[in-house]
Amino acid sequence: MNILDDLFVNIGQWWTNLLSDALSLPDGAVTMINGLIGGLILALLGVVMVLILTYMERKVFSRLQDRIGPNRWGPWGIFQAVADAIKMLIKEDIVPDNADRLLFNLAPVLMVIPAVLLYAVLPFGRRMVGSDLNVGALYVVAIGSLTAIAVMTAGWSSNNKYGLLGAFRVIAQLVSYEIPMVLAMASVVLIAGSMSLVKIVESQPIPNAILMPVSFFIYMAAGMAELGRSPFDLLEADSEIVAGYFIEYSGMKFALFFLAEYINMFAIAGVATTLFLSGWNWPILPTWLWFFIKTFAVVFVFIWARGSWPRFRIDHMLNFAWKFLVPLALVNLMVVALVDKLLADAGMWARAGGLLVSNLVIIAVTLGVVAWAARRSRNAKLQAIAGAR
Amino acid sequence: MSVEHGVFIVLSAITLVGAWIVIANRNLYRAALGMVLSFFGVAGLYALLNVGFLAVVQVLIYVGAISILIIFAIMLTRQVMDREVVQRNSQWFISLLVALVLFGVLGYTLAFRVADQWAVGGSGLPEKPIEALGEALVTTYALPFEVASVLLLVALVGAIVIAREK
Repeated sequence: MNILDDLFVNIGQWWTNLLSDALSLPDGAVTMINGLIGGLILALLGVVMVLILTYMERKVFSRLQDRIGPNRWGPWGIFQAVADAIKMLIKEDIVPDNADRLLFNLAPVLMVIPAVLLYAVLPFGRRMVGSDLNVGALYVVAIGSLTAIAVMTAGWSSNNKYGLLGAFRVIAQLVSYEIPMVLAMASVVLIAGSMSLVKIVESQPIPNAILMPVSFFIYMAAGMAELGRSPFDLLEADSEIVAGYFIEYSGMKFALFFLAEYINMFAIAGVATTLFLSGWNWPILPTWLWFFIKTFAVVFVFIWARGSWPRFRIDHMLNFAWKFLVPLALVNLMVVALVDKLLADAGMWARAGGLLVSNLVIIAVTLGVVAWAARRSRNAKLQAIAGAR
Repeated sequence: MSVEHGVFIVLSAITLVGAWIVIANRNLYRAALGMVLSFFGVAGLYALLNVGFLAVVQVLIYVGAISILIIFAIMLTRQVMDREVVQRNSQWFISLLVALVLFGVLGYTLAFRVADQWAVGGSGLPEKPIEALGEALVTTYALPFEVASVLLLVALVGAIVIAREK
């Protein structure tokens, strides 16, 4: 299996040798060419993933709703993405009358850039990473916060009050859910002892989702909200406010927004796999195959959640972030830090067991608190009804 | 003229172009985006100086939080669809003079007086800069760290008190 595992590494090595020996280019030029080609491959990987993801989303989502989904174009409808792309390319490119032309055209580009930049730090397999930054986790957070600027530009330059209001709500959601996401990541970084994504994967013989299910849940919920997917769908509630901040976009620019969302989805699923499901670190199959399998499993969970729950209202959504996820994430971080330090030299299994037990205790306490609060509010309402009668 | 020089010139150009857009553009939103560009240039300069951590933190805090705050301030305090804002400050000549004098003084000092005598820290970067930073924050600089946390808490409470519905 090692041959298959190192397949891409060997191809890269052969290419580098070809450049530096056969064509005898200086080292700097070889590095630069490799860097450019690597960047191109990563960007194109994102776009190719979109083709697969849109097909997967439509099929899985429709299966959840007991219908078949696209089945006209190609066997089982696999060319549906191509048909969508052609449709979006040939649509008329409208710029609204008083809109700021430069910013209007710039916003979709600004939206795609952070999504693609995330692929640079994902470890796709053993020794297959775009750039092993030693602040990889922080880089993911920083890049994720760039989406807000693109959204604001899109809302502002549309010259449309409803677009602007939609943009405000999107920013409220994005900013609110950044905090639980960062705190969940912080607990993973604490356990692994390093912010580099490669080291986080290497330090996970047991996946972090089993060690810290609370962090995993918080990260998945915050990730879904960051992506703007159902149930946090309010930003582009197709059936309610038409399209929110990209209401004025049509044709290829709309396609770029769409593209950005799916590239982002794959990237965030990849980050979740790296942080919580021990990336490529499982035996037998080639490592890059494991990474893709796990990432697609996470994407499946995202689509499953989309098909299962109704949309949240904006005040529910913000309450969920600030009143539930943030305290939970803070308590989780403190408990994980405490347990990790107490059991630091007690061996791998004792530490894993201790973390899992403490997380289960957190879950039990949280459910108890929520149940108590719900019972209290229900009793208050019943009292009010009984008193008014 | 090494590659490092070239990269430094490109990054400085990005920073300065961003700053120029901030002061010269009539559209307030474009000025805010120029500021974002400038912040990216500064992050690049940090990366060039081999402190990747500071570069990423710069992007996270300045671009991810402060820029959004400023954009919100622009949105909420101006007529929302007012795209062109003409500068109406009558003291521009004096400020131009002061800026030129400051530039002259700083430029002369840096280029001719301090040029080869920068005070450089003896040991350079530690091999694990992030660990060293974390350790310094909780041992040597623990008090400023806690004071900064208290400051943030005060700001948070103050914001909630101001924005609360009566």
